[in-house]
Amino acid sequence: MWSSKNSVHVFGSPTSSRPTTCQLFRPPLQQQYVVITILAMPPRLNIVVPIKRVIDFAIKPRINQTKNVIETNGVKFSLNPFCEIAVEEAVRLRESSKDLVESITLVSAGSAKIQDTLRAGLALGADKATLIDIPAIDDSRSLELEPLAVAKLLKAFVEKSNANLVIMGKQAIDDDSNQTGQMLAGLLNWSQATNASKVTVDEASGVVTVAREIDGGTETLSAPLPLVITTDLRLNTPRYTKLQDIMKAKKKKTEKITPEDLGVDITPRLEIVSLSEPAKRTGGGKVDSVDALIGKLKGAGAI
Amino acid sequence: MLPRISISIFSVARVPSRTIRRRLVVGQRLTSFMSERTYRTTALRRNVSDEGRAMMQEPREEDEADVVIVGGGPAGLAAAIRLKQLEQEHGKEIRVVLLEKASDMGNHTLSGAVLEPRALKELLPDWLEDPPSPLTPVKSDKMRFLTEKYSIPLPAPPQMHNSGNYIVSLSEVVKWLAAKAEELGVEVYSGFSVNELLYDQGGAVAGIATNDMGISRAGAPKDNFQRGMEFRAKVTLLAEGCHGSLTKGVIKKYDLRRGKDAQTYGIGLKEVWEVPEEDWHEGEVVHTMGWPLSSNVYGGGFMYHFGERLVSVGLVVGLDYANPWISPFREFQRMKHHPVYSSVLKNGKCISYGARALNEGGLQSVPQLIFPGGALIGCSAGFMNVPKIKGTHTAMKSGMLAAESAYAAITSGTTNESAVALYDYEDNFKKSWVYDELNEVRNVRPSFHSSLGLYGGILYSGLDTLLLKGRVPWTFHHKASDASVTQPADKFKPIEYPKPDGKLSFDLLTSVARTGTMHDEDEPVHLQVKDLDAHTIASYPKYKGIENRFCPAGVYEYIPDETKPEGVRFQINSQNCIHCKTCDIKVPTQDINWACPEGGDGPKYMLT
Repeated sequence: MWSSKNSVHVFGSPTSSRPTTCQLFRPPLQQQYVVITILAMPPRLNIVVPIKRVIDFAIKPRINQTKNVIETNGVKFSLNPFCEIAVEEAVRLRESSKDLVESITLVSAGSAKIQDTLRAGLALGADKATLIDIPAIDDSRSLELEPLAVAKLLKAFVEKSNANLVIMGKQAIDDDSNQTGQMLAGLLNWSQATNASKVTVDEASGVVTVAREIDGGTETLSAPLPLVITTDLRLNTPRYTKLQDIMKAKKKKTEKITPEDLGVDITPRLEIVSLSEPAKRTGGGKVDSVDALIGKLKGAGAI
Repeated sequence: MLPRISISIFSVARVPSRTIRRRLVVGQRLTSFMSERTYRTTALRRNVSDEGRAMMQEPREEDEADVVIVGGGPAGLAAAIRLKQLEQEHGKEIRVVLLEKASDMGNHTLSGAVLEPRALKELLPDWLEDPPSPLTPVKSDKMRFLTEKYSIPLPAPPQMHNSGNYIVSLSEVVKWLAAKAEELGVEVYSGFSVNELLYDQGGAVAGIATNDMGISRAGAPKDNFQRGMEFRAKVTLLAEGCHGSLTKGVIKKYDLRRGKDAQTYGIGLKEVWEVPEEDWHEGEVVHTMGWPLSSNVYGGGFMYHFGERLVSVGLVVGLDYANPWISPFREFQRMKHHPVYSSVLKNGKCISYGARALNEGGLQSVPQLIFPGGALIGCSAGFMNVPKIKGTHTAMKSGMLAAESAYAAITSGTTNESAVALYDYEDNFKKSWVYDELNEVRNVRPSFHSSLGLYGGILYSGLDTLLLKGRVPWTFHHKASDASVTQPADKFKPIEYPKPDGKLSFDLLTSVARTGTMHDEDEPVHLQVKDLDAHTIASYPKYKGIENRFCPAGVYEYIPDETKPEGVRFQINSQNCIHCKTCDIKVPTQDINWACPEGGDGPKYMLT
């Protein structure tokens, strides 16, 4: 469905506040002709890609015993792999068809350290980035954001930027919540297609078809814009960033805003009671016969 | 028309006497600054399709810089910072590009480390106003000779007195230097590896080309294939660290080792531990010799208390050991059981592990530093002061000297006609404190080569460092390379190392997991061996799997396989590699060539 806002931006149609000179002289019949053309234009996607800076996937996280948090001192951080896939998908949509994508905006919430992550995303092909500045607790970490708080921040940001498509990672590899995308769709009252493994946009109608990976196999949904898509692993393989693109990314704009600018309260509602490493794996045992196996299982209370 | 001689521009009224200058002059055509396009030096596999070949030989995008620095360690960053400082002083702008193969700055940096801030103070006089963290001033110094159960205090030679020095995590110092470099306008790009130098028609180095990314194990381009990029530069500084891959090629091509000793090496393995308050002594520096190494193996252990209840513990083993049954990794693991170490570590937790080869050749092994179009700086040349076990300060100073010479050469405006030759760098090195320092200790390490082994070395070193201070007319030489002094396995008994207990000592794979190392599964194997079977035949019967033992990451394995010669198959698990370069140095058959894998691969060291 076309939101009338789109036609205003594209053509400065008779309903816009600033009449153009040619409009005054246009006979009524031609105006009708113009209206038809507007409806037939393919949708232009204004994509927002939220991203998160997480501990690199190759690193084993440790617990800082005194502060009861995950240790971040000296640890390598990078762009969340699912978010990287989301940025790649947005860039591929742009490359698939000229004029399909109007803009790709990255947004991330955290301290100033996430600038590098935003730049990595810009180097992959996004146009601009916004940093939502979150206050620091001490010099090594900022306030931990919960999925609901992030969803509220994103809702306010998405509405502010007139986006009609949100592509984001299905979950972050540090908390594995898999909640933010769904909550965001609920708050915005948009359709959602999560765990996407294939995305196709029908340019003529503005309907998006998404193949989702579910427990039983693959499910295909289709929905008109606006839409929230969360990406799964098999959606695409992100490209390597070219050095030239990194150089260009330095010139792209990054804007900074605060949660207050968006009118969102990010106070945590959950309290982490304790944090501990998983129990160490102890060796298994071997048995000689089925009876011995049954005996062991009974002894362990399994049967 | 006479070929233009570069020396008349860069040095003042000096008659060229060294062969390299003559070689630069003769045969150097007057060409404009054009580079000859070089193609991949590794042969393309036959099973790559024509389309694939076309993709891999597409012309690369080009860019130009004044100085390109390969390697973002202390030397490379010091050179970059110095160049930008000179730009601010003198006003003539230059473009400095620094390329680092690790995914982030500092990820491949590993060192003890006790930093002597001499070069750092020269480079950044107000460095203490915003210092790197952690930064722990040294409070006490201990030297011990270990036997299996006991430890005997040793008098520390003057070099080992560390007052005024700081215990640091060199990885964090590199991150801090990188931030300073970026502030000054250096273009720092991490995650890009370089395996190829560009040459101009005169045979001088004209720049570099970054690696192509997205090549499959079979050598064919994958879906995300990305051609590398070329950077043409007036000056190329190689700062790859110990035994750099491009450095190896350059030394061979320009014969930079003529008249110099071969470089000898050690391997340094270390772990970072977090220990309880009662076992931690802030600022304590402990060095040990003797057990577990036998008397004919050079090396020693170290333990530094720094940061917040952090302890760096490690072992350096000279790679000139003859016994192929020695495993530096397992020596390190069993060393931690000695009371000197276990008393500190017993209730602690190991949070990080890594290893790297280091230079032990000293002044005798420093090659000629300059070549047409560039120079070697830092450990790529090899400025480590072995008795002090410090090489960072000398590496940084060498970077600064090269930067000064490069800046003068570039801004003199004559680089368009001929390749740059940084004669000033070579001359200033000889006049600098780096040379004096290395000259003073030049006989210490080679004194361990004699048949008296460890004890002869300790005696001579004591004499030299306390009394003679290198002021003698003789210089001991390194007679042979580390690989060539390895003896066959049947001359020794296999060593029975104790099993790791999981609390103080660990098995190899657990340790490798702590490095955070990662290489794509579908990537060409970067440890290049031309013929695995030929290697097995040449190496296995004689050395009985020495590669398995010197590699600190479990890359090499001999798997029992009836169908292969000798009944074993040589397997290279390149995903485990932590980029230490020991294999390239120590393998007796010298047929393993370490080349840079894709940028961003390798370890992600933490606090090392």
